[in-house]
Amino acid sequence: MTAQLQFRNLTLGYDRHPAVHHLDGAVQVGSLTAVVGPNGAGKSTLFKGVVGVLKPLAGRIERNGVDPQDIAYLPQIAEIDRTFPISVYDMVAMGLWRSKGLFGGIGAKDRDTVEAAIEAVGLTGFEQRPIGTLSGGQMQRMLFARLLLQDARVIVLDEPFNAIDAKTSADLLALVRRWHAEQRTVLAALHDLDVVKANFPEALLLAREPVAWGKTADVLTNDNWVKARRMCEAFDEHAQACVAAA
Amino acid sequence: MREDAFFPLPQGERVTEPAANIVNMLYDTLIAPFADFEFMRRALVGSFALALGAAPIGVFLMLRRMSLIGDAMAHAILPGAAIGFMIAGLSLFAMAGGGLIAGFVIAVGAGLIARSTELKEDASLAAFFLISLALGVTIVSVKGTNVDLLHFLFGSVLAVDDPTLLLIVGITSVSLVVLALIWRPLVLECVDPGFLRSVSRAGGMAHIAFLALVVMNLVGGFQALGTLLAVGIMMLPAVISRFWARDITGMIGVAVGCAAFSGYVGLLVSYHANLPSGPAIILVAGAIYAVSVVFGPVGGLIWHLLPQRHLEA
Repeated sequence: MTAQLQFRNLTLGYDRHPAVHHLDGAVQVGSLTAVVGPNGAGKSTLFKGVVGVLKPLAGRIERNGVDPQDIAYLPQIAEIDRTFPISVYDMVAMGLWRSKGLFGGIGAKDRDTVEAAIEAVGLTGFEQRPIGTLSGGQMQRMLFARLLLQDARVIVLDEPFNAIDAKTSADLLALVRRWHAEQRTVLAALHDLDVVKANFPEALLLAREPVAWGKTADVLTNDNWVKARRMCEAFDEHAQACVAAA
Repeated sequence: MREDAFFPLPQGERVTEPAANIVNMLYDTLIAPFADFEFMRRALVGSFALALGAAPIGVFLMLRRMSLIGDAMAHAILPGAAIGFMIAGLSLFAMAGGGLIAGFVIAVGAGLIARSTELKEDASLAAFFLISLALGVTIVSVKGTNVDLLHFLFGSVLAVDDPTLLLIVGITSVSLVVLALIWRPLVLECVDPGFLRSVSRAGGMAHIAFLALVVMNLVGGFQALGTLLAVGIMMLPAVISRFWARDITGMIGVAVGCAAFSGYVGLLVSYHANLPSGPAIILVAGAIYAVSVVFGPVGGLIWHLLPQRHLEA
């Protein structure tokens, strides 16, 4: 087994306050890991660190040769301007950025790829609709189609199934399993523990500091949850400098 | 026929049959001013060039909710142009150069600060352009010259000479080429900046290049329309386009068409009614705006008022 992502004493946070504190461990190549934990546990912060949006306060992340820009990332709250006059098709086609860059043309073969991605998420017939007319679930389907086109070795999904109905979640979960079957490394933050137990072989329980990390069944125990809740204290305005940071 | 007109009628061959009177009248109203006078032709070419360059920029400004940024930038350019004027007199290149430098410094400075601090772009730009404006006025008053800035404020499209025309056309050409080069990151930065940041570093570069285009087009526009109204040919057609087109390509088409049409009709109105040309051009665009708000097929007011049956699906 080789590590796709290796966290070494990683501390991430905002304004010197840690949101992820002293995380050590590895995400193996081709693993499918659920990141769980209470609100404010640092799940989104960890993902921002993984994709390079947030620089570590201490420690480091090794990505095994994968450039942060080649990691496909679905943020929890996308900064999408829904009033922008762009079609579903064009939005999905943006997923080809890595292969096309600034100027690459989109040929007949690429158009087939885009069509296939739109079909895979069940949005056939919506190609020319402006993105502003999509429902929340359709929007998420569209973003998954774009992720498909990104064709990334590492995929990071921040609460992808929030406020999404059961049918849509099931369809999108099928895509996640397909990525897993294709040996891609997938990290997803989730709140629905039944979904985690049914679909994710591995789990990381985070509460600012890692509580447990390993086989999902071993991680999601009552003891661990109690521990996680206790550790997830509030942000302390007057916290002292961390001794372990040195 | 306009026998009493201030300007003489052309001496060319003319159709005289009664049935053709209307043709003569249309010719006199719509074409003769440009056929007869070189300054009108220059003004028309200048307006068309401005329309082609500035209107697409305006569409992007509007889509990025930066409609008032153009206004701020125009204020930022004024002191630079005034300093150029003080140093070298009414030299096109000193004024344009001063305006460009002031505009670039402010656009890039505000952009960099917005990207590296918590300040939003509009806040940092507000700080910069106010400082620039105050600085410009201070320099002017310390020098003690009573500069006639009316030319800066309102321009004179009818006094556009060859070098000015070349400057405007050059700026338009550069704008269109640069816009084509940065099109993809520019669109993506408007619609999903987070995604662009996650796949590419081109966003920052595209943004700076775009702000540079805004400055260049305002500098080109202020030669003809003045700093206050140069923003008008940029923003009004863009705002109009939102009422007529649903996608960005259509919007840019509508905006360019509107801007060029406003230039043409505005020049005619100013010629026939003896009005100042710059404001006439912007007022024509304003009239189109008023019509669009009410009757525009994409979200015009009238569609809310008319009872319409909802669709089957």
